[in-house]
Amino acid sequence: MPHLVVIENSGERFQSVDGMSVLAAMEQARCRGIPVGCRNGGCGACKVRVISGRYRTGKMSRAVVSVADEAAGCVLACKTYPESDLGVEALGRVLQTGPSRAASFSFAIPRPESPRSEREA
Amino acid sequence: MSLTGVLRPGHVAIRVLELEPALKHYTEVLGLIETARDPKNKRVFLKAWDEHDHHSVVLREADEAGMDYMGWKVDSPATLKKLAADVEKSKLCQDLAWIPAGEHPGTGERFRFTVPTGHAMELYAEKDRLGNNCGTDGPDINPLPWPDNLKGIAPSRFDHCLLYGDDLDGTCKVFRDVLGFGLSEQVLLKADPGTMIGAFLSCSNKAHDIAFIRQPVKGKFHHASFELGSWEKVLRAGDILSRHQTSIDIGPTRHGITRGETIYFFDPSGNRNEVFSGGYIYYPDKPPLTWYDESLGPAIFYHDRKINESFLSVFT
Repeated sequence: MPHLVVIENSGERFQSVDGMSVLAAMEQARCRGIPVGCRNGGCGACKVRVISGRYRTGKMSRAVVSVADEAAGCVLACKTYPESDLGVEALGRVLQTGPSRAASFSFAIPRPESPRSEREA
Repeated sequence: MSLTGVLRPGHVAIRVLELEPALKHYTEVLGLIETARDPKNKRVFLKAWDEHDHHSVVLREADEAGMDYMGWKVDSPATLKKLAADVEKSKLCQDLAWIPAGEHPGTGERFRFTVPTGHAMELYAEKDRLGNNCGTDGPDINPLPWPDNLKGIAPSRFDHCLLYGDDLDGTCKVFRDVLGFGLSEQVLLKADPGTMIGAFLSCSNKAHDIAFIRQPVKGKFHHASFELGSWEKVLRAGDILSRHQTSIDIGPTRHGITRGETIYFFDPSGNRNEVFSGGYIYYPDKPPLTWYDESLGPAIFYHDRKINESFLSVFT
């Protein structure tokens, strides 16, 4: 049964069918509201907060989704499978800051969390 | 023999979220050969077909993706002792430790240390030889050019890693001043040419045996790369990846840095793999090629002339 997924940040809406992950369904619908990274639960680029709905998840790297994250509904869209209509908010991975940050990337491209920060800017 | 000291990247240990899908990817899609299992520690050991030594890739099931460590083969037990003492004397590295022989199957003792970018590195001198199944001597003399029954992409060898970390200067110092690597290419900030943001280092005649990019993180893994003999095989790799619906990052395309022809893709735990061909022969007297941040696009992806969104932001 198809489930409707809404990305709250971008307002994009698409259907997830046949057990597709939120991210796979988004890519198939040619939507762009969630950053696409490895697609395999490792990198954290597609992190979202589930606002509403039921879902199950596959295995995700603890380096990017902690136990507390998971309990708070913060999961990776590539490993999240809707079991009802779903509302999500794209989060992206927040890069750790270190002492050398100032000297690192004047050329750095926006991090995946940018859809949110751009909206707020 | 002119190539002495550190000979080559000998192994990379990669953490995977689930062993079975990972193993299917690394053996059937990438086309490495399984050589040993360690069920107690949830590890599998693999090699590429043209490598003689027992293994070059270790997969370990864990809760986090990423790289455990990378190992470097040195020319002799005496060199191992000398370089271990040099690393200790340099005071540049942390967590110095000797790993006993046999902890990796068929492998002698390993000296482990963490470089300033937070990556664990190992040196070792001895690993059992399994051969490349093409023959070397005795009844097998008159070797074959390649063996039968290869699967998937079937690269000839594990070639290099690209790693992300913060203290690039410190790590470069370890590899250049202590371990004897040369700098084949570098990326500098145009506005501040004293600041290096990318380093491509060679211990051999290859354009790089390891590369680092400065990012405000510790110990992160960008990709492990495997060598193919031709550009046509890189295209064929793309065909195989699509057939298996493997997550492709970018390519086939060309790198500006090292001039390699490349395709990037992800294992089932999100660790990036590369297969590549080409590049050039590096000699220690070759002047380092210098790129600036303003030309990072063509430096990384020569045809697109811009880095894709995932190059800097997606790593494990």
